[in-house]
Amino acid sequence: MRHMYLYRRSLPRLMEVVYWPLLDLLVWGFITVYLAQYRQNLPGFVTFFIGALILWDILFRSHQGISVSFLEDVWAKNLLNLFTSPLNPAEYIFALMLVSVVKLVTVATIMTVLAWIIYSFNIFLIGISLVPFVLNLIVMGWAIGIVTTALILRFGQEAEVLAWALGFLFMPVSAVFYPVSVLPRFLQTVAHYVPASHVFEGMRGVLSSGVFPLSQLIWSSGLNAVYIMAAFLFFRWNFSVVKRKGLLVRIGE
Amino acid sequence: MLEPVVRVQGLTKVFKSLKAVDSVSFSIFPGEILGLLGPNGAGKTTIIHMLLGLTTQTSGSIQVFGLDLRKHRREIVQDVNFSSSYVSMPNSLTVKESLKVFARLYKTEKREKRIQELLEAFEIAGIKDKLVRHLSSGQQTRLNLAKALINDPKVLFLDEPTASLDPDIADKTRTLLRSIKKDRNISILYTSHNMKEMEEMSDRIIFLHKGQIIAEGQPEEVIRSFGRANLEEVFLKVAREEEA
Repeated sequence: MRHMYLYRRSLPRLMEVVYWPLLDLLVWGFITVYLAQYRQNLPGFVTFFIGALILWDILFRSHQGISVSFLEDVWAKNLLNLFTSPLNPAEYIFALMLVSVVKLVTVATIMTVLAWIIYSFNIFLIGISLVPFVLNLIVMGWAIGIVTTALILRFGQEAEVLAWALGFLFMPVSAVFYPVSVLPRFLQTVAHYVPASHVFEGMRGVLSSGVFPLSQLIWSSGLNAVYIMAAFLFFRWNFSVVKRKGLLVRIGE
Repeated sequence: MLEPVVRVQGLTKVFKSLKAVDSVSFSIFPGEILGLLGPNGAGKTTIIHMLLGLTTQTSGSIQVFGLDLRKHRREIVQDVNFSSSYVSMPNSLTVKESLKVFARLYKTEKREKRIQELLEAFEIAGIKDKLVRHLSSGQQTRLNLAKALINDPKVLFLDEPTASLDPDIADKTRTLLRSIKKDRNISILYTSHNMKEMEEMSDRIIFLHKGQIIAEGQPEEVIRSFGRANLEEVFLKVAREEEA
């Protein structure tokens, strides 16, 4: 009975029974549809999947580099010490972005080396176009991380699960393991406005045709420019609301 | 007459329908320890948080060093610091690493020397390489106080700084704070639930109740105005009147 009461008012517990199974169903379902459709002719199967996994992890680590580093300050009850110092919120976020770069460079290096040793997969086969694509994934991860941080500041402990979960929300519509064309029409429209979907489509384009997908890169960069600006503005607005409501103190102590 | 370092006028904070702080005005003068006391929910911590810019006031003004806090927060906090027994240092760092982080944030000059002075002053030099998470609550409090002095502040806000200290360390801490105040002419806003400590430490006290100042003056003046023998009795009278 105690657990049933908790499920009624706990976001993390509700996510266990709704959010994660739904995401699993969507991602694996679309992968299955893709494999079924292209059973006879799946170009560069291993390259697509391992490359996609490494690139997705870059986005995910970029997001976590911000949100989990922020949570570490919350858990350490150190947030008030930071925000009573001359550090301003923009500098704090900028520092978290730098931390996320350090983390994801480490993770990407480890994954790239392991993929080469275990699967003889060389991600650099994608070529020079990998650089702008990876940068776009990092920026999208930052935008998600900044929004997550703002939501945790606002809603406290209950929102902490977003530090892991929010990034995954974009996975089914990012066309990580399958092309956008596999998605139903309305999700294709959603995917069109997700920068990562252009990155992964672009990567598939490079591998299958060898042509640099400039239009995908322009779409991805343009969307990211809008989203990162929007994320900063959202954080700034939210921070002032949090101060007005006295919530910074509640999460910081 | 001395100019106040902190001047608060008509400070009010409303949370939804609750008036947590109701038109409070006071000043803190150079080299003064001002004690802020009152029962739980009186508004003490909310006032400190507004003075630190962590919570925005609904109305009223806060001036520190003659500057408006809302417009000049960054300049002001360079010479202000804070310690609370409810706030910790980064628990995955060592004592010395934690102090180094804050010395950089406050752009402290001669960082190594300053950190060494503070480690010795608070008797934590022997544990400088210990992780914060492995410190006792007394050691953590002393580290918090060391951090609060890292920038050699002119104004210090201390929210129940001795709450988790044993009597010996608490007494040493009070002695140290008094000596710092005397040597550096530092101004301190002090809250504590230990009324004996408030009497001993404060040059002047402000007694808050339901967000309003109900008494102000030197401790003995406040005690006299309530017709009681000490601050503890004053506190109990106010708290129990509320219950009744």
